[in-house]
Amino acid sequence: MLEIKEQPTTTAGPEPAAPIGWRSKDLLDTDTLSLAEIEAIMETAEAMREVRARPVGKVATLRGVTVATLFYEQSTRTRASFEVAAKALGADVVNLTASGSSVEKGESLVDTVRTLEAIGTSVIVMRHRSSGAPYLAAANSGASIINGGDGTHAHPTQALLDLFTMRRHCGSLQGKKVVIVGDVLHSRVARSNIWTLLASGARVVLCGPPTLLPRALSMSGEPGECEVTTGFDEAIGGADVVMALRIQKERQESGLIPSLREYIRGYQLNAARLQRANPGALVMHPGPMNEGIEIAPDVAHGLASVIEEQVTNGVAVRMAVLYLIATGRTA
Amino acid sequence: MSGEAEALLGPHEIARVVRRLAHEIVENNRGAANLVLVGLLTRGYPLARRIARAIDEFEAVAVPVGRLDVALYRDDVGRRPAPVRPSDIPVSIDGATVVLVDEVLFTGRTVRAALDALMDFGRPARVRLAVLVDRGHRELPIRPDFVGKNIPTALYQSVKVRLAETDGEDGVYVMGEEAAHA
Repeated sequence: MLEIKEQPTTTAGPEPAAPIGWRSKDLLDTDTLSLAEIEAIMETAEAMREVRARPVGKVATLRGVTVATLFYEQSTRTRASFEVAAKALGADVVNLTASGSSVEKGESLVDTVRTLEAIGTSVIVMRHRSSGAPYLAAANSGASIINGGDGTHAHPTQALLDLFTMRRHCGSLQGKKVVIVGDVLHSRVARSNIWTLLASGARVVLCGPPTLLPRALSMSGEPGECEVTTGFDEAIGGADVVMALRIQKERQESGLIPSLREYIRGYQLNAARLQRANPGALVMHPGPMNEGIEIAPDVAHGLASVIEEQVTNGVAVRMAVLYLIATGRTA
Repeated sequence: MSGEAEALLGPHEIARVVRRLAHEIVENNRGAANLVLVGLLTRGYPLARRIARAIDEFEAVAVPVGRLDVALYRDDVGRRPAPVRPSDIPVSIDGATVVLVDEVLFTGRTVRAALDALMDFGRPARVRLAVLVDRGHRELPIRPDFVGKNIPTALYQSVKVRLAETDGEDGVYVMGEEAAHA
């Protein structure tokens, strides 16, 4: 509706755009995002996808902004994706890994983050093997912290790119059945996905061997809660999305699964199982994949697979997050 | 529009202005060949479509219409996170005569941003500017080629254009104190 604006200065600029529902300094997990913020990310990511599709997929919006990637744990796609996203927005990027930096000399996380801030970095994308590490950084730094994965806790941009990919194919997720299968217990991807999916009205089914399922989660499947089950063949029935999680081989060594062969028999996403899902169901995987273990190669590269699209969309979603956080800092 | 404001332009006047803009654009271009209309989001886009429809009526030529979002090109990025929407320019603009279409021309900063955005899509032979309302107070050396209506305003006022496509009705309003009538 109308509002009568007082414009005391002459530098009124263009018509102010409609307010946008972004208010966060950091992105640590998806559980603190409001629905308006999730919508803002999804809509902005749609525009960023269009930018990436242009002959020159780059704009200068964040020129003068320095983004650091600080990775204490190795990564291919997340670090590269953030770097491409930041550069596509015109930001400068500094890449740091634990090896080859002062971290090897024993510098603490807080000191490293403060040093980055002192050299003019305003956004730090961080990955750490300890759950909660980005929260420590955010509490001790004026820079904006984006969690690029912390331990078994959270991986918010992965969940957001998953949501974006699902919405592009399914439209609204209201009432859609999303089955997440595998090592749910240790999966930061699953954890962050649960929040965005439940907030979007999806029906979330977590599936895996009992030793790899979180005990605290409800088995009931009340509205607003996840369903938890050990039977993949039943769970996949009528699914609109099936997301397979990476099985880490050390889970076998630590005795959580009896053998890979047994895991494959019960929980591999293969063509026979996919038949039970709804026609047009999406196959997703956060990568990196163990083809032939949690997912059969023909399914990973089959018609239902959107796994490569997830990676492509990851750049657009991370551009959206960087744009909202970097422009929101000074607003 | 309810309330105190009276429309300076109503649906009939806006329709008449759109037809005149369409004629002026075609006359200036010596025909409708090689024309591309690019409407700025949000309200420039429906205006561009209306102009294209008018051209189609009297020239029987379907002029391509694109939409352009300038949020990523604004000079006040960082003052507030502005919503970004996908642009869509359906044809190559290389060598074309592009007419940028916007609802209100004010400081000129949006047009400056639009020129930058447009250049990321190609190299037009020439770029023209059509606006429904010119309210004055330019801060940059930018002038329109086609003007629907000049509405002199004071800085403290604001000009609102409402269009059926985006707002459910057609009307141009000046808000804040009494309008300085043209």
